[in-house]
Amino acid sequence: MTHLPFIAASYALGVGVPVLLGILAWQRLGAARRRLAAIDPRMQAE
Amino acid sequence: MLHCTVSGAAVPSKRAEWCYLPPVSAQTQSPVAARPARNLHRFANPGRFLRLAATVQPWLTVPAILLLGGGLLWGLVLAPADWQQGDSVRIMYIHVPSAWLASAGYASLALCAFASLVWRHPLADLAAIEIGPVGAAFTAVCLTTGSLWGKPMWGTWWVWDARLTSVLVLFFLYLGHIALVRAFDDPVRGARAGAILALAGAINLPIIKFSVDWWNTLHQTSSIRLTSASGMHRDMLWPLLACALGATLAFAAIVVGRLRAAVMERRIRGLLMAQVERA
Repeated sequence: MTHLPFIAASYALGVGVPVLLGILAWQRLGAARRRLAAIDPRMQAE
Repeated sequence: MLHCTVSGAAVPSKRAEWCYLPPVSAQTQSPVAARPARNLHRFANPGRFLRLAATVQPWLTVPAILLLGGGLLWGLVLAPADWQQGDSVRIMYIHVPSAWLASAGYASLALCAFASLVWRHPLADLAAIEIGPVGAAFTAVCLTTGSLWGKPMWGTWWVWDARLTSVLVLFFLYLGHIALVRAFDDPVRGARAGAILALAGAINLPIIKFSVDWWNTLHQTSSIRLTSASGMHRDMLWPLLACALGATLAFAAIVVGRLRAAVMERRIRGLLMAQVERA
């Protein structure tokens, strides 16, 4: 029985999940920053 | 101070500061800013938190990528195979850090819950809400990679032994917390209910840790102990420690990024409500 598929699946999960979470956090942060810049009078004044 | 209206009820107190950010001049002269550094609420100021988090984030993200990437490559390519398990031991470099972070993430969630209930710290509520999904994701990785290791080694995907079951309970506690904090129209009540669940669920952490000692489990006992020499060869130990440190920094970087977004979203909500009140 080859163990390679089990190892490959584990590494895909171990790398993929943190990367996905990071990308989602980064996108959410960018969207919030743009939205805030559009409506915050202090940021518009800067 | 402007009060944030949530579900028709005005929410006074410091928590309302997170709904609307006062002008810079008001922030710098506010009593919160004037308090001594030892005061926990010093970091309750959203502007100060956002500046600090923006500074800290690159120092978490870059080492996380380097350590986790390097550690995983080290474990996959350079570290030796186990004499008994063969190459399947390489799953350990994913499974063990995610297992540590599942427990450590819940411990940080419980600490935030404690700070929220005892000191009413507004950042603690937000941090707990943002830690939940990240901790649940790492717990899911731990359970899945455990199954992926168990099938070739034990011949089964799952057994109801004490360690596996208690980690599954931890996963359900994360899911319960995620659902509970979002189940109320009033976010303050949701955070309060979530904090109580998080603190009650913290009893599961010592059960996870000592389950392999208290009960006769299929899951092996700890190979790394703080009080005695490691039962693992250093050629395997070092890549494991690199992966664990990298994954911890990645966890922190993701939570800080989500927390920054959450603080900004709360400011946006506050500003929109202020516009509605003025109209």
